[in-house]
Amino acid sequence: MKPTDTNAPDYFHKVVDCQWACPAHTPVPEYIRQIAAGQFAEAYMINWRSNVFPGILGRVCDRPCEPACRRGRVDKEPVAICRLKRVAADYKEDIHERLPVAPKQKNGKRIACVGAGPASLTVARDLAVLGYEVTVFDDGKTAGGMMRSQIPKFRLPDSVIDEECGYIEGLDVAIFQNRWIASLRDLLAEDWDAVFVGTGAPRGRDADLAGRRESSAHIHVGIEWLANVAFGHVSEIGRRVIVLGGGNTAMDCCRSARRLGGEDVRVVVRSGFDEMKASPWEKEDAMHEGIPIHNFLMHKEFLHDNGRLTGVRFEKVRAEYDEKGRRNLVPTGEPDIVMECDDVLIAIGQENAFPWIERDIGLEFDKWGLPVLDPVTLQSTLPRVFFGGDAAFGPKNIITAVAQGHEAAISIDRFCRGRPLDKRPPATVNLVSQKMGIHEWSYDNQISEEARRKVPVKSLEEALSNIKAEFELGFDPRLACAETERCLNCDVQTVFTPKLCIECDGCVDICPTECITFTANGEEDDLRTRLKAPSRNPDQALYVADGLKTQRVMVKDENVCLHCGMCAERCPTGAWDMQKFYLNTALAGAEAPRT
Amino acid sequence: MTYLAKPRLLTADAPRNALGYTRRDYEGAISTLCAGCGHDSISAAIVQACFDLDIEPHRVAKLSGIGCSSKTPDYFLGNSHGFNSVHGRMPSVLTGAALANRNLIYLGVSGDGDSASIGIGQFAHAMRRGVNMTYIVENNGVYGLTKGQFSATADKGSKSKRGVVNSDSPIDLVTLALQLGASYVGRSFSGDKEQLVPLIKGALRHNGPAFIDVISPCVTFNNHAGSTKSYDYVREHNEAVNRVEVILPRDKIETSYPPGSLRRVVQHDGSILHLRKLAEDYDPSDRIGAINYLQGRQALGEIVTGLLYVDSSALDMHSHLNTVEKPLNQLGDAYLCPGSKVLEALNTSLR
Repeated sequence: MKPTDTNAPDYFHKVVDCQWACPAHTPVPEYIRQIAAGQFAEAYMINWRSNVFPGILGRVCDRPCEPACRRGRVDKEPVAICRLKRVAADYKEDIHERLPVAPKQKNGKRIACVGAGPASLTVARDLAVLGYEVTVFDDGKTAGGMMRSQIPKFRLPDSVIDEECGYIEGLDVAIFQNRWIASLRDLLAEDWDAVFVGTGAPRGRDADLAGRRESSAHIHVGIEWLANVAFGHVSEIGRRVIVLGGGNTAMDCCRSARRLGGEDVRVVVRSGFDEMKASPWEKEDAMHEGIPIHNFLMHKEFLHDNGRLTGVRFEKVRAEYDEKGRRNLVPTGEPDIVMECDDVLIAIGQENAFPWIERDIGLEFDKWGLPVLDPVTLQSTLPRVFFGGDAAFGPKNIITAVAQGHEAAISIDRFCRGRPLDKRPPATVNLVSQKMGIHEWSYDNQISEEARRKVPVKSLEEALSNIKAEFELGFDPRLACAETERCLNCDVQTVFTPKLCIECDGCVDICPTECITFTANGEEDDLRTRLKAPSRNPDQALYVADGLKTQRVMVKDENVCLHCGMCAERCPTGAWDMQKFYLNTALAGAEAPRT
Repeated sequence: MTYLAKPRLLTADAPRNALGYTRRDYEGAISTLCAGCGHDSISAAIVQACFDLDIEPHRVAKLSGIGCSSKTPDYFLGNSHGFNSVHGRMPSVLTGAALANRNLIYLGVSGDGDSASIGIGQFAHAMRRGVNMTYIVENNGVYGLTKGQFSATADKGSKSKRGVVNSDSPIDLVTLALQLGASYVGRSFSGDKEQLVPLIKGALRHNGPAFIDVISPCVTFNNHAGSTKSYDYVREHNEAVNRVEVILPRDKIETSYPPGSLRRVVQHDGSILHLRKLAEDYDPSDRIGAINYLQGRQALGEIVTGLLYVDSSALDMHSHLNTVEKPLNQLGDAYLCPGSKVLEALNTSLR
């Protein structure tokens, strides 16, 4: 193998699994250390720079970081990253002094953002601090978009949304509520320098089955119903409720129904339990509230008695996979199942809809009804118009919307300054030795062997009696501190300097996970078979260094490195060093390198 | 050297041996030796050898004397029997233990000070008595604990860290062991586990006194230019006569070598040593030839390593003395102390 080029900024970044998995590349281990030190405001600001909504995301993020967490590979469960983020938001002191200030003198460029959801607000924040005049339009009464309308209050209280949207309004961003943009053509005629579309995926998919029309009074589309609940238009539901669908919206629907009077609430899904789109923890929360999940049942017909919904008929299916690994759900041939109910909530997917964008203004759409965009710059075929969030590539999640908001802001800034959009400012990287003395590091390298802490919750009785009462209480500082200790500090990198190595094997012998080997070089597949510990995760890199006196190479399997620094403590010559990697992702306004 | 204990976190797919143990199960306390000390590598090699041989930790007794080397039994086989004896007196304590219980695997760990200076008499007698043990000398040529004076194995003409030249002749423990009747003699280097681990495995499975001299650089006091026991010097002058592979009765033999290049030695317990020749004219069954070869190469400044001599039919102390098979602690009081009548009868028969 070729020696690893650790100067390539992605190499060490990929070692920090959580940060690499986060669409916004939040420096997770760094903020976890700040929480451990009780520096909640500091931890909050690290988050705020990367993901704009730490308090919101600390409650409802899809947390791609946690399945990626290295701890999950050496222990039973990953670090509770998401809920630690909430701790930073809950316990920070006033942070207004730490927030950037929008310049008094504006740069004369006017940007319109359509929709006041996470993508638009991110664009607004990134551009406002550079002196852009940003105006956000939304048809709702308050800012927040789907975060406010679709996520139940018992998971995400309004106060958190108000606070974090408020920080953005505080940057001289004008947010016009209750203003529905009915025509992109008219908006473009208002002479904006750029328009950002962050309108989400606002249409819930319906189930067009027999009986749907007749019994429509008691059949509701999930996200619309959730919005009605959120804004207080709906405050009760029948005793027996069936929720169709297996995603996170379905979980929000069933748990909301449980709080509005539903006693027999059940979720019915076409797919198997493990293939459901809902996050495992959301399924757990639903089941904790006494909601059963029925799998492999395909909804076939709404049963009614002269327009009064009486139940749903389901066909039993099983999953078959074709040679390409695609799943087909085929009927098992067993008799259909009828479940009686008073109300049905349909949460089987969301779709994009742009009824307000004229199709003859030069903005192209693909065959799925999504705008044709440059995947990096997020620019549409109308150069002035950019997209982000669910509106860009279909429904994903908040953290992806934020990441796309950052990219769109960079594009808009470069567009307004007449710079080429495809030359992007790079992330900057800092790598600093953590050595303080012979056995002293400026991070806590002792590995906690404790299990993941559970977040305290309200009693079921209390939680189900009030739909606005937040279900989770969050970690208290003591629990949070114990959980922070489980973080392996993957951003503190093992950096090897071959010319200092005397090949004493000290590092090989001490490594608790046996991830270091000195051996003759070879191709990667061959090398992986010759390592001291079996190397069975090809997704994780091998760190290879040559230039040793014996002509062998040092091979370190990054897969299960605990970043405990023992190799560096055992190294007599300082050939191993522990260096903290800190990635500053580019934000709008950063310059691209001259080439 | 670190103050922290190794975390116990283990991946689910960590290799396990036939007993279900991981390598970590053969480790001991965290080492307090200097970072980069060769002794730690030897400890790791012992861990690896015991793991590979599926040795039950409670079947091993590890004994040592005094010195950096003699501290190391604390750092491996944490679940085995141990005895940290008086300076240079490991061989006699071990001999006594072996006499009392021949069912354990005896591992003596010593250093060049412990064995070539204060304990040279003990070393000599353990070898000539044929104690069934593995005797490992962790040889770094200096007294590390007392700040790096030359030890008795330091080569004449080699330089100390402060530039003093050694004027005394060295003791070569390998030649002594050969002369005194050791039936398994090897030399290796702490920085070459591929060679060292099989040598230790062969020794642990050998019946009779097995001696291994392991050159183990002292990073703090003897790893400089002018030293003949530094990492660089040993690597440059290392001349291996063969490579050993230990094959247990349960293993399938898969290696194939051209005819004539491989010597097969079947040991007393059925284990097989495969010796792959590296030096054309070397015969590891010839004790006198081995001594001559060693002296010749040593004069040229080479460090001869490998399995230098093995006699698989050797007898040990127990057969010399015709001792009882059972460990004394299993014989029972009546057998061990048959009473005054039996004594009287014995005395009468001798009058």
